[in-house]
Amino acid sequence: MTTTAAVRELSFGQAINEAIRQEMRRDPTIVVMGEDVAGGAGRAHLGFVDAWGGPLRATRGLIIEFGPERVLDTPIAEMGFLGAGVGAAMSGLRPIVEIMFVDLIGCCYDQIMNQAAKMHYMMGGQVDLPLVIRTAYGTRGGDNRTYGGGAGAQHSQTLYAVLAHIPGLKVVVPSTAYNAKGLTISAIRDNGPVVILEHKFLGLRAKGPVPEEAYTVPIGRVEIVRRGRDVTLCGIGRMTHICAEAADSLLAEGIDAEVVDVLTLSPLDEDTILESVSRTRRLVVVDEDTPTASMARDIAARVADKGFDNLDAPIKTVTAPDTPVPFSAVLEAHYTPGAAQVISAVHSLFGTGA
Amino acid sequence: MGAENMSREIEVQSKTGSHSISSTRTAGFTQALPSREKLLWMYEHLTLIREFEERLKWLVETGVPVGAVHYYTGQEACAVGVCAALEPNDWIASTHRGHGHCIAKGVEVHRMMAELYGKTTGSNRGKGGSMHITDVRVGMLGVNPIVGMGATHAVGAALSAKVRKTPQVAASFFGEGAAAIGAIHEAMNLAAIWRLPVIFVCENNGYAQATPVEYALSVPHIADRAAAYNMPGVTVDGQDVLAVWEAAVTAVERARAGQGPSLIECMTYRYYGHHQGDDTHRYRAKEEEEAARARDCIRRFREQMLDQHLLQAEELDAIEAENRKKIDGAVAFAEASPLPDPADLFTDVYVPASEEKRQ
Repeated sequence: MTTTAAVRELSFGQAINEAIRQEMRRDPTIVVMGEDVAGGAGRAHLGFVDAWGGPLRATRGLIIEFGPERVLDTPIAEMGFLGAGVGAAMSGLRPIVEIMFVDLIGCCYDQIMNQAAKMHYMMGGQVDLPLVIRTAYGTRGGDNRTYGGGAGAQHSQTLYAVLAHIPGLKVVVPSTAYNAKGLTISAIRDNGPVVILEHKFLGLRAKGPVPEEAYTVPIGRVEIVRRGRDVTLCGIGRMTHICAEAADSLLAEGIDAEVVDVLTLSPLDEDTILESVSRTRRLVVVDEDTPTASMARDIAARVADKGFDNLDAPIKTVTAPDTPVPFSAVLEAHYTPGAAQVISAVHSLFGTGA
Repeated sequence: MGAENMSREIEVQSKTGSHSISSTRTAGFTQALPSREKLLWMYEHLTLIREFEERLKWLVETGVPVGAVHYYTGQEACAVGVCAALEPNDWIASTHRGHGHCIAKGVEVHRMMAELYGKTTGSNRGKGGSMHITDVRVGMLGVNPIVGMGATHAVGAALSAKVRKTPQVAASFFGEGAAAIGAIHEAMNLAAIWRLPVIFVCENNGYAQATPVEYALSVPHIADRAAAYNMPGVTVDGQDVLAVWEAAVTAVERARAGQGPSLIECMTYRYYGHHQGDDTHRYRAKEEEEAARARDCIRRFREQMLDQHLLQAEELDAIEAENRKKIDGAVAFAEASPLPDPADLFTDVYVPASEEKRQ
């Protein structure tokens, strides 16, 4: 008789929550800080506790288990509390700081760019900086949502490039519940600063089986999530799912696409991307960020530089346009790259289609 | 020592006129005098900072490439008075004008000098320079030239002490110019609502680069801002190391007792320009500079110690001679030390995993 252990399915937010919870149980120096990471701070005596839990509810319930000393709701002061995270990381804690939306990093960019990322180097290697910065990002894309999204230009951005540009900072972008848990645990255990960008609208696409035990997904690696012979589609975050949708359609017309999930933006796993392109001889990079000075063009440039001889066609990028994110759902859907644009880019490489 | 002996007025001269403030010590000296050992320690560190900075100035003027530097000369009593109230495992966070804070907290001068020379033996292995000198072994969290950011890091260190349940406190040095930036206010609010053991130390030297304080500050004194964060705020004579020390001891006691942060504003003066190339006479009067030098913190402390027969001239002279030797040694060490290898450009970009470090 064989039994199959029931593998639970978790949502993206639940997987991150479990990762943080398991690590906090293991290591008493881990603290969580941010705006409404619990919610209702200081009102426990009135029966209010754990009112919110962050935009993805990824920190919900942590205050119940670990208390207000380790789960710290902060005032609206990104520069201040992220700086406190930097100082705490230099002095014996492993803080996980939530910047509610990536759009808010303008309020604390110095702490990321000049402080956290550079400390280890400019101090001659004498300090560890085990700091995790979690932040939500992205548009609702073409999803016809009745609630959420539609947040406009200052709450919908995908600011990969301004983070990946900074030497010393690791930047990861999970795309599924499985890799979200593994990357979050890796980030917490890393002795340096790691930014985790969590898409707000992965929805059911990201839900999936997640082992109960703690495990890691390595930082600094891309993952080939679908093998193919004819073209490599590089996706980041939500765009990996768009690439997979496009690959399904392309297969129906006889084009066998490989899909690479760029789980870490920096340091970039160039080797695996180059290896993939050396087999498929074509590359389309799909990026929800705006294109000027972007990850899409960085990946394209690296492949052009180091893999040109293996290419049979020009590299294509599919990105958002160089505009702010618009509010109207019609415009926002048009702004966000979708499978149709990916398919169209692939067609252009084969000289087919519209 | 009677309170009347300690009573003083601080004259702050400027082109727009003069105003005076009363030292809080006119209210009476609440702390007992430091021990004789502590008084000697103060004199040693006041004069070591002065010796370091004067030698550095000479090196700069003779063309030694030590990078961008901001001399601390004139403000020594602030760093020494505060650090005299701290324990070795307490933390400090510093500013761009940080050499004095480093020395007062115990960073070795030969490693500082080697850092300024860009040598591998420097405190930061030549990767930091004057504006990033750090030594976490002695609780020095870093010279930090992004104005105001150090305050937030001190808050983080204090949070760490609270969560880890250690008695450590964190002192944050910042200038009156930094009092205008949001990070300072966010840091003070966080420290106050979380009742963290932080001592905010504002060194009000009158100028943010070439911008005078009376232009950039909306209140007469930085210490007035403490009320907004429900913490004690005092203004002390920053040219009097004992006044600074007394205020710091009170703040440290409060912090260790779990009563939260305090703000100390030290009225002080930088003798030289904002940085090594700055001509102060384009924005402040010669008479003002002379008046400030007449209140030199080292000379006043020495005279006070001798007048009151607390310390002897011979031992103070011996300390100064020893300091000169120490700085001679620091310069020799820096000059003899190796320059980094080009491959060092690529080391320490990322923090290694714990198992890699053990190898």
